[in-house]
Amino acid sequence: MTAKKKTGLIFFPAFDWAISPTHPEREERLLYTQDQVMEEGLFDFDNVIEFKPGLATIRDIDRVHICVPDAQHVITESHLISAGGAITAADKVLTKEVDNAFALVRPPGHHAMKVVHGARGFCNINIEAIMVEYIRTHFGHKRIAIVDTDCHHGDGTQDIFWHDPDTLYISVHQDGRTLYPGSGFPDEFGGPNAYGYTINIPLPPHTSEEGFLYVLDSLILPILADFKPDLIINSAGQDNHYTDPITNMNFTAQGYATLNDRLAPDIAVLEGGYSIESALPYINVGIILAMAGIDYGNVREPDYDPASIRQSAETTRYIRQLSSEIHDLWKSRDEERAKLIENAGYLRRQRSIYYDTDGINEEQAETIRVCSDCGGVFTIDSKADTGRRIFAVIVPGRSCPKCRTKGEQFFETTESGKYDYVYFQDRDKDIFIRK
Amino acid sequence: MILGIDVGGTHTDAVLLERFKVVRKKKVITDPENLLHSLLEVTEKVLGDISPGNLKRVVLSTTMSTNAIVQGRISPVGMILASGPGLPPSLLRINEHSHIVSGYVNHRGEEVAAIDAGEIAHIVRTLRDEGIDHVGIVGKFSTRDPKIELDIERLVRSRFTHVSLGHQMSGNLNFPRRIATTYLNAAIWETYHTFIRSITQFVAQFDAHIPVYILKADGGTIEIGQSTACPVQTILSGPAASIMGILSLVDCVEDAVALDIGGTTTDIAIFAGGVPLLEPLGITIQGHKTLVRGLRTRSIGIGGDSRVACVNGRLSVGPMREGPAASLGGPCPTPTDAMVVLGLASIGNRERAVRAIEDIASALSRPLEETAHLIMEHASREIITHVRAMIEDINNKPVYTVHELLEGAKIEPKAMYVVGGPSGAMAPRLGELFEVPVHIPGDAEVANAIGAALARTTTELTVLADTEKGRLTIVEEGIQQRVERSFTRDDAVTLCREKLRARVLAMGAWEDDIEIEITEDQSFTMVRNSCIAGRNIRIKGQVKPGLIHGARR
Ligand SMILES: [Zn+2]
Ligand SMILES: [Zn+2]
Repeated sequence: MTAKKKTGLIFFPAFDWAISPTHPEREERLLYTQDQVMEEGLFDFDNVIEFKPGLATIRDIDRVHICVPDAQHVITESHLISAGGAITAADKVLTKEVDNAFALVRPPGHHAMKVVHGARGFCNINIEAIMVEYIRTHFGHKRIAIVDTDCHHGDGTQDIFWHDPDTLYISVHQDGRTLYPGSGFPDEFGGPNAYGYTINIPLPPHTSEEGFLYVLDSLILPILADFKPDLIINSAGQDNHYTDPITNMNFTAQGYATLNDRLAPDIAVLEGGYSIESALPYINVGIILAMAGIDYGNVREPDYDPASIRQSAETTRYIRQLSSEIHDLWKSRDEERAKLIENAGYLRRQRSIYYDTDGINEEQAETIRVCSDCGGVFTIDSKADTGRRIFAVIVPGRSCPKCRTKGEQFFETTESGKYDYVYFQDRDKDIFIRK
Repeated sequence: MILGIDVGGTHTDAVLLERFKVVRKKKVITDPENLLHSLLEVTEKVLGDISPGNLKRVVLSTTMSTNAIVQGRISPVGMILASGPGLPPSLLRINEHSHIVSGYVNHRGEEVAAIDAGEIAHIVRTLRDEGIDHVGIVGKFSTRDPKIELDIERLVRSRFTHVSLGHQMSGNLNFPRRIATTYLNAAIWETYHTFIRSITQFVAQFDAHIPVYILKADGGTIEIGQSTACPVQTILSGPAASIMGILSLVDCVEDAVALDIGGTTTDIAIFAGGVPLLEPLGITIQGHKTLVRGLRTRSIGIGGDSRVACVNGRLSVGPMREGPAASLGGPCPTPTDAMVVLGLASIGNRERAVRAIEDIASALSRPLEETAHLIMEHASREIITHVRAMIEDINNKPVYTVHELLEGAKIEPKAMYVVGGPSGAMAPRLGELFEVPVHIPGDAEVANAIGAALARTTTELTVLADTEKGRLTIVEEGIQQRVERSFTRDDAVTLCREKLRARVLAMGAWEDDIEIEITEDQSFTMVRNSCIAGRNIRIKGQVKPGLIHGARR
């Protein structure tokens, strides 16, 4: 147990917002969490301070996403509040008002990708990504590690930081062969200029405390030690719990608290988690106590029975093998990158993206300039079956002069023609233009 | 006629009201060893030749419970805590007689584990051996279902003089506060009972039929016999009396600030639309955070007798009080001395005041009068800074719906009311700094007694309905009953109003004063396995603090 810390809590359960009345993302989701947190009296601790979420702005969204046709059309006020809650958490930590902060907000965001035609996996905009770029704009460029412990692969966050060598994205999740969104395998390892800075750890169904904590101790913490981030962010999804109705893992409230204690994130942001009565109240109490450095040893679910959820010996063997393979891959990331890019000037990837929540299909072609001096300028040509087709040019943060010049040229010379809109997103100069 | 009595730390004041107007007022010195004696004395003086038969009611505001706690005149309490999982026991034990026991209910009020009778029996023996006569029983989530507390009570009740139950203290969540509240309730129960018994005898001397009320921390009254079940409600009623007093002396229907500037501190209170604001969770006393409903006040260390000092060329006022003003022979310069120098007050010896302020003037290398001005200005600005911070705190209170976050009402004071010794000298500048009209109510020296006399009876009530389980709970009234699946939010509101009315009448309210307000109104669709399983309805209502019918100006 670490020492007492001053912990900021941004609690926004959005009791009047739902995707639809019976959707997992509904008014009731954080009701019992609220009850438990209130009954435990956590806000009465001198070192736990509750803050009201601010509102994110359209500008905060445009710094990260290419929303089609624009940000106003893909969000509701609730999204501005949940992203605003994450930003408030960041503000309080970076101005040193608190030592760490937890944005216990909804709706979530980690399935929202760079281009947004609609909602995917209950997410419209990526609240962690918006927070990360907000931090860089307002507090200077930082090396940031995002550790995503949601049960689903955070394919949105992966996509947004795919080409960013200054953002290490590590996702631990249930194997994509057995769960939405079906991605997140170890060979998804980052773009050509950020190879190794996306790390996927797909765990087999029924992994329990032992497996999660093994991966944390033997893989995630050593990689973080190598990367030396200025900030660690935890995408604190809670659907790995043994009672979650839409997943198949066996993690526990005690496990989440221990993980949080050892990872010691500067900022945690709630993601998924839909066992609203049996898991969330206890996990959230555990996380808050762990962040604040208060003894969480007595936190457990009413029906907690470690023997009944213990992982098999085979799972243990599998996870050990997997961890060691991924660790080797991480250590050889530079050599592997060299093989990947050879002498290429530009590299291209072509993808189909499905928006399950809104039922939209998107075809996307992304072209990136291979660059050893920065994350590399890239363009996206995206066509959705909504009938909209767009083109976007993205100049990365800390861009090199060549990538910048190229980016400006691409934007200037691209005719609207076949596109509904052409976008220019310049993270360095914090410029966003749509023509 | 109404008789209002305020037993303060220094003085005991009494006022006699006719048609809500003060017709007589009297002041005696409080005898801390014998509050009853002071009560008797002031009553005889204020009544004079008037027959007690003319009294329609008597209302008392007393520091009795507060003093019992502050001075440690409390009984040792055995605490039996059914905590379940969550916070570690080390953070829950409130005293050396606290015992954590098995058995708990979860957030939906479902019993997860039953109590262990053997374990309880053992604790009873231990407590009896330690000579404990008073016990508090508190369960986590007992406001959702008090079963565990009641089960334990059945096993222990016959063995102790008094047993306080957590769920009877408040309908609100917060286990550590419930523990503290129950503990304090059991701890002052004996002292409070003795006091109430003597009050009852005292009134009987006049006329046994006059209803007697006592003021609670929330600025509301309760009939004295009813108050004995939950004496903890009467702690910190002093500040409440002062706020209700101000309310009774002014015509306030808007957002406003009330300041009570005393010798040591200035107490700040806020009115929202003419209604004094309550603490969100409960009041704090002697470091104990409680669930006791109480008026929201902020006390800052600046008063007429605050120590004025100059350190490294910087002026400071408070927070310490070393004694009375220098003009009255006190040891150091004070804001009161500055007022005397400026001719804003004539208290004690002016020469002494001048000498005291001269020390500060020479340290600042400023003329005497300018220094006195600076001291007043410093004190005024400090007070206003705290007023603004308090309003900001209130306006930044977290909210949990999109609607409230975007549309939530904000407090914007339009007036300021100032009472207390230095009010005449300080009010004009305070009003200027805060940029609102400022008022100094008349009769302010007996405001507490008037406030007590005119306060209405208040209470709150919580209706929880879970139509999936078919269960309805009104924990304050000990009601648990079946509900139909078709029970709606509207049904819950109707029931809440009905039960609230009955509750407040039983507490001694007058029919005309029952102004009910719904303070929490939530209804959630409960979905299990993608199907609507029921509704989780949460309605809270209150009779808010205010003046009895007809008293408003
Ligand atoms: Zn998820
Ligand atoms: Zn470059």
